[in-house]
Amino acid sequence: MQGLYAVFKKELQDHLSSYRFVILFALIAMVSFITSYMAAVHMRENLEGLASTRFPFLMLFSTPGAMFSMVQFVAFFGPLIGLILGFDAINRERTQGTLIKVISQPIYRDAVINGKFLAGVTTIAVMLVAIVLVISGFGLAFVGVVPGVEEIWRLFIYLIISIFYISFWLGLAILFSILFKSIATSSLASVALWIFLSFFISLGAEVVANTVAPIDRKNEVQPEVVLENARIKELVSLSSPMILYSNATATIIDPMRKTTRSLILMGPMEELLSARFQSPLPLGQSIVIVFPHIIALIAITLICFAISYVVFMLQEVRT
Amino acid sequence: METETIIETTNLTKRYGHQTAVNGLNLKVKEGEIFGFLGPNGAGKTTTLLMLLGLSRPSKGHATVCGLNPLRMAREVKRHVGYLPENVGFYEDMDAVQSLEYVADLNGLKKVEAREKIDELLGLVGLKDQAGKKTAAFSRGMKQRLGVAEVLIKDPEVLFLDEPTLGLDPEGAIQLINLIQSLNEEKEITVLLSSHNLHQVQKMSHRVGIMIDGSLIAEGSIDSLAEEKFGVGEKEYSLEEIYMKYFQEA
Repeated sequence: MQGLYAVFKKELQDHLSSYRFVILFALIAMVSFITSYMAAVHMRENLEGLASTRFPFLMLFSTPGAMFSMVQFVAFFGPLIGLILGFDAINRERTQGTLIKVISQPIYRDAVINGKFLAGVTTIAVMLVAIVLVISGFGLAFVGVVPGVEEIWRLFIYLIISIFYISFWLGLAILFSILFKSIATSSLASVALWIFLSFFISLGAEVVANTVAPIDRKNEVQPEVVLENARIKELVSLSSPMILYSNATATIIDPMRKTTRSLILMGPMEELLSARFQSPLPLGQSIVIVFPHIIALIAITLICFAISYVVFMLQEVRT
Repeated sequence: METETIIETTNLTKRYGHQTAVNGLNLKVKEGEIFGFLGPNGAGKTTTLLMLLGLSRPSKGHATVCGLNPLRMAREVKRHVGYLPENVGFYEDMDAVQSLEYVADLNGLKKVEAREKIDELLGLVGLKDQAGKKTAAFSRGMKQRLGVAEVLIKDPEVLFLDEPTLGLDPEGAIQLINLIQSLNEEKEITVLLSSHNLHQVQKMSHRVGIMIDGSLIAEGSIDSLAEEKFGVGEKEYSLEEIYMKYFQEA
């Protein structure tokens, strides 16, 4: 434990005092602040004329202002935090010759990688909690909405999921920093994988679905084909951690959402009906809906870290 | 005088794929001596040191360091052994004191204890005036001395020094050699030293071993090696001549 704590302390110190952390934090804080501000402005308009809404506080996070909501923003650019914190974790120490020095001290070798990962996770947690608190405080001051108990719980769960999500990317970046000797390669590889998994999968899902179950618009549309098409699209896009995360958090943060699936085959009257008689879902039910998503996110995070751990432990010090 | 063996390897072998880096090495280092480990580049000296530290897994054979098996008890071995790698690296944004503090932390030293120790060591290696300077601005000689200070934090019984004088100016090299000799004499630290500078090795080592292509081809005091090859004592032949003779025959 002694080695783990020493590495953890040093890494955390490095993160918190580094320029890259300050710049990243400033950027993310600024954007989140702006989106919440936009949400707040829109909320005032939206709330006018309504007798009461149940969860006005969460709308600060979930209402898309000008372009996207705070929740969507974290889904898109949160991974960047993880990547930036981890892409040179091991290979920088290898090139500057400090890795061999550290592991020739009386510590277990895994203290190095565990300490680095934990320090990264702590940094991510600090960052996210700070941002959520700032936005909450801003909501209290600017809009004057007070969060209820359930809203606080929902925000708490949202934070936990987000920390795991960004930690997945941290783990991935650390894995690449172990696999690739050069820092340029590892950073490019992790960014490439991020772009692929986050942006190209959803495009790819569309293509796959239309190839396997093409909807023939000219003839009469068969409901089974449309269903099949939607099912395949969803299945493929779930292989993207971003979609997984977006689905999970959107349901947690917005009690009006009752399913992670997109509603299809719905006539205008049906839509109107469902919008007219909506009531929020209890917290327990929201969790039940996204439980598989949460488990999957935690699983890929742990698997990713486990792979880095094993590779690091088996790698020759000298290569 | 009979002294205890502190490092012993039997048939130690390391293969990387098809390449054999260390081939059936049988080495004995006695307690309290300075052992010069010689051999051309790529002969397997560093690999041997890594296996002795438990940082690399031998393909065959085993080693004992301070009575411990480095494969099973790597952490305990590393408690007793200080290793100064060739081209030791430092965190560039740390100064000498911070760098030493981190190593002290990794060794589990208490803060107060560490502070005293660091102060003492900075004095010993002559870096007291540069204590607050970032390591990025250190010269090669200063880095090497800081590296020595770092390995001394744990009060080692054995020191592994991989090319400690490589790239140092003559004055720096002599200072470092004197430091190593005084550590050996005063603190009775056993030193296993790999180097290409035969003149320096001859000056300080009690015994030497010559390693070529992964095998130890000679081991003993310089006197005995000279006698074996030329039939006369050390005074007639320098280590350089002895080494070349072995090298040509190998």
